[in-house]
Amino acid sequence: MTTALPTAVDVAARAVDVWKVYGSGEAQVVALHGVSVELERGRFTAIMGPSGSGKSTLMHCLAGLDTVTRGEVFVGDTRVSGLGDRALTDLRRDKVGFIFQQFNLLPTLTAEENILLPLSIAGRKPDRQWFDTVVDTVGLRDRLRHRPTQLSGGQQQRVACARALVARPEVIFADEPTGNLDSRSGAEVLSFLRSSVREYGQTIVMVTHDAGAASYADRVIFLADGRIVDELREPTSEAVLERLKRLDVTSAEAAAAGSGAV
Amino acid sequence: MLRATLKSLLSRKLRLLLSGLAVVLAVMFVSGAFVLSDTLGRTFDSLFTNVYSYTDIQVTAKPKVTGPGQDGAPANIPADMVSRVAADPGVAKATGAVLAEGARAVGHNGKKLGGAPGAPRYGASWHGEDQLISLREGRGPRADDEVAIDAGVATLGNFRVGDQIGVLTLEPKKTFTVVGVFGYAGGRDSIGGEQTVAFTEPVAQRLMLGAPNVYNVIDVTVTDKKDLTKVRDALRADLGPAYQVDTGADLAKKQADQVKKALSFVTYVLLGFAAVALLVGVFLILNTFSIIVAQRTQELALLRAMGASRGQVIRSVLLEASLIGVVSWLVGLALGVGIGAAGAFALAKLSGGLTAAGVGVPPAAWIVSFVVGIGVTIAAALMPAVQAARVPPIAAMRQASASDRPLTRLTVAGGVLLAGGGSALVFGLSGKAHGNTIGWVVGGVFATFIAVALLTPLLGRPVVSLLGRLFAWSVPGQLGRRNSARNPRRTAITAAAMMISIALVTGISTIFASVSDSITKLVNEQIQADLIIAGQQTGPIPPAIDPAALRQVRGLPTVDSVAAEAYDMGMADGRQLFVGAFDDQAAAARILKLKAKDGRLDRLGAGEILVDDATASKRHWTVGASVSVQLSRGDARTFRVVGIFTGNANPGGGGILVPWRDAASGFRAATPTQAFIKLRSGANVTATKGQIDRILRDSPEVNVVTRSEWIGDATKVFDIVLTIVQVLLGVAMVIAVLGIVNTLVLSVLERTRELGMLRAIGLRRGQTMRMITVESVVISLFGSLLGIVVGAALGAAVVHALKDKGITELSLPWGLMVAYLVAGALVGVAAAVIPAIRAARLNVLAAIGYE
Ligand SMILES: Nc1ncnc2c1ncn2[C@@H]1O[C@H](COP(=O)(O)OP(=O)(O)O)[C@@H](O)[C@H]1O
Ligand SMILES: [Mg+2]
Repeated sequence: MTTALPTAVDVAARAVDVWKVYGSGEAQVVALHGVSVELERGRFTAIMGPSGSGKSTLMHCLAGLDTVTRGEVFVGDTRVSGLGDRALTDLRRDKVGFIFQQFNLLPTLTAEENILLPLSIAGRKPDRQWFDTVVDTVGLRDRLRHRPTQLSGGQQQRVACARALVARPEVIFADEPTGNLDSRSGAEVLSFLRSSVREYGQTIVMVTHDAGAASYADRVIFLADGRIVDELREPTSEAVLERLKRLDVTSAEAAAAGSGAV
Repeated sequence: MLRATLKSLLSRKLRLLLSGLAVVLAVMFVSGAFVLSDTLGRTFDSLFTNVYSYTDIQVTAKPKVTGPGQDGAPANIPADMVSRVAADPGVAKATGAVLAEGARAVGHNGKKLGGAPGAPRYGASWHGEDQLISLREGRGPRADDEVAIDAGVATLGNFRVGDQIGVLTLEPKKTFTVVGVFGYAGGRDSIGGEQTVAFTEPVAQRLMLGAPNVYNVIDVTVTDKKDLTKVRDALRADLGPAYQVDTGADLAKKQADQVKKALSFVTYVLLGFAAVALLVGVFLILNTFSIIVAQRTQELALLRAMGASRGQVIRSVLLEASLIGVVSWLVGLALGVGIGAAGAFALAKLSGGLTAAGVGVPPAAWIVSFVVGIGVTIAAALMPAVQAARVPPIAAMRQASASDRPLTRLTVAGGVLLAGGGSALVFGLSGKAHGNTIGWVVGGVFATFIAVALLTPLLGRPVVSLLGRLFAWSVPGQLGRRNSARNPRRTAITAAAMMISIALVTGISTIFASVSDSITKLVNEQIQADLIIAGQQTGPIPPAIDPAALRQVRGLPTVDSVAAEAYDMGMADGRQLFVGAFDDQAAAARILKLKAKDGRLDRLGAGEILVDDATASKRHWTVGASVSVQLSRGDARTFRVVGIFTGNANPGGGGILVPWRDAASGFRAATPTQAFIKLRSGANVTATKGQIDRILRDSPEVNVVTRSEWIGDATKVFDIVLTIVQVLLGVAMVIAVLGIVNTLVLSVLERTRELGMLRAIGLRRGQTMRMITVESVVISLFGSLLGIVVGAALGAAVVHALKDKGITELSLPWGLMVAYLVAGALVGVAAAVIPAIRAARLNVLAAIGYE
């Protein structure tokens, strides 16, 4: 089990020995235990693990939404750890795209305005051709003038994908983007994310606990108790499920060992 | 249910505090007004009880001129009346005395002595020391050129025994030697801030009463105090209706009542503040509770699902309201007692010699402030409470959605109310509402405000989106603009508070600007004087110009002609009227551009008068008619009308002009009060003004001013009132700010997730703050704009109605309106500070995960 990569591979974001500790004393929770990971450019990476294993925490640290307790995080060539709020905000604006589980859109803006929001905030002119490509890929051409309330959940999530894509960020982070969708809409969103990686070379990191969703990725990283415990390339649902099962056993053992030690 | 209510109250401390503050302010002003007038009332009661504590009975003659507004000075009493009074049964001693207002001491600097504003300045006859008065230094006046002054005058003007003192009386300034300084019982320098100069009796008679051998009071001592009222009644019967007989207690009460009435304007100002605070506060409370109810939809639905009845839901909201009401009322009452006491203390201090009575809280303060505080809070919460009761139990299971209900009903109600309010206003202003004009106008204005408030949600959409365009050049601006258009009702209620404050001040500014401009136009058209000698009247005697000075002015080579005027009130046919007289009638007719409607205006012979056109038609007087006029002094005289004029000859407007000779013998003060000066063409106005200034050295009450300065002085009173109104606006704005803060804090709370998302995708802190600020400014600008339009419209309506009262010009105060708009924008910025900081400090992660 190794996460080392051939040096030739371009890295969009990486974590180096990242620790994240919440609280102190009795209430202390170590969410990340020295995680080191490199996320390849132009790849679709899924982060998997049981609930509470630190997936979201890792993603937030990588995306510059949260600070790390120890270690370093890079997005592209930018060292994220140590940046102030202003620089972090600009980093997120210019280099990172987000797709959250829900509430991705501003209800006061139309779909088109929502898609262009990060660019407008940055005061950048949208590349019209790229915008059209993105809109056509997500199939929202006839919904551009609609408000979020007039769109279905799947359509809203596709707007969120388009928004993340249109700025061509270094990396897009998606936290359970299909968690609130029915399976068909979820599949649509996932295949769209995969094609944006395959066809346009976008880098995407997706947090999920759904094996089916993870099977869309090129690579799956397994997290348990704040540690990277496994990884899988070119995954299938079955293979992912298989690993998860093993993981549950190991983490149960680890938990038992941990409580025994106290 | 009570527990649940208390819990939910505590969880929203800040918002409730904000809305409670409006009630606190209103209650504070209401109770402050009552406490102040009560304390001042008791202060003056005790003052005048003191003043008259040594007086058994006082006899005065009824004034010759009486009127609805103010009576003239008491008539003179012939000296032989004293012995007649003394002969009456029960009377131990009767003393004739002079004690009349109008002796104005002049300081060492040549200016009229300062002192408390509006304090009387008495000229008295010296009768030696008694229980009330004792000499502190020197002696009483014995010669014609000697006076004694009270210790207050001595301190104020730094006068010592042996000093020279100038005194203006019915006659021009005369100089006396101070031979004594006296004080009052209890070590007081004056009784209540008044100034007294005591002359020898004949001098007092001549200078204060204008005739020898007369008095204006007879002090009566009774043989037995138990018979006081009996003696009084006997005197009344003996002396007949021409005389006024009062006991000391009667007089104390009369005088105190008079002063209280004069001071009631302070109470009215405070009550006005309270009314505005309330009007604006109602919207704030309404807003808070609708917000609370909207936020608690799910909780309320859950309660309903668990079996709570509609009545229980309504009661729980109203209970919350009454708790806020009670707390705000108590705090407001405490503050009100504070400002009432402070106000009474300050006024007493200002008067120079008053001791404020102990502070008391009259029952009216308790009751009215209670009704205001709690009643208004509950009334404002009623609508949201009913809304809360309408929440169906099923709402508990649904995602709470701020459904945009149609505005049709609100709009129709607003339209109907606007029509009603408008009609009331038109009717009130038309002058057909006999005696009830104020009621109709105030009602109309009030209804119009509410109507516009109801229409604001409808107006909000287009106006807010238009205003928002101003800020749409940046992304935060655009976002803020959209946010402000998001909840039209909430935006409208919030803006309505702003609307009312700005409308009030704009309306009043419009009226004042129009009145000022109308006066200016009229004066410029009608008065041909280049320079005017005039002064401010502060007591019952108008300011005096020394006739010797006028002679010198006439002698100046640059002066073409001068028309000096004296005026007074007189009686004709049992009704009061304005009486003027010019020392040069021909010049007056020319300079004041009086136009003859009938007869002639260029001269007035003995027994002739001129009548103002409006007065003539009201009283059915025509040229040739014979009119009997009672002036302040002397008997009624019969005049023949020789001319009817149009134009403004009198500062009071209307009335009659009598020959100068009659003014000298019949007016209360025969000295001219103002003079209109026409210069020769080509004369240097400034140089002449300087010369006249020097000539007027001995006329300290008047100044020479140019025509435009004179107009400025005449319209200055509007500036003062306008300042008061603007302070009022300030109070209302504070409340409006609270409303906007309230709404914004809620918006930030409601949109936490959205804000988190925006911050996550790269909205900077500064941009976030700007977004909130734009939302705030758009709301407050919307309110201000609406207020300016409504205020200008209301002002214009009033001006239109006053057209036949001489307010011919409609002037919109553009400068002020822009200033109010800017103030509105600043209010928006100020209100945004706290919510914006809150929004910017939001923890992005927590916000995204916000449940
Ligand atoms: N703000 C926080 N304060 C304290 N503990 C936290 C906080 N956020 C996450 N945790 C803890 O960190 C661990 C990892 O959480 P998270 O990354 O959300 O897990 P996942 O996304 O894999 O379900 C959990 O034990 C969680 O309780
Ligand atoms: Mg998670």
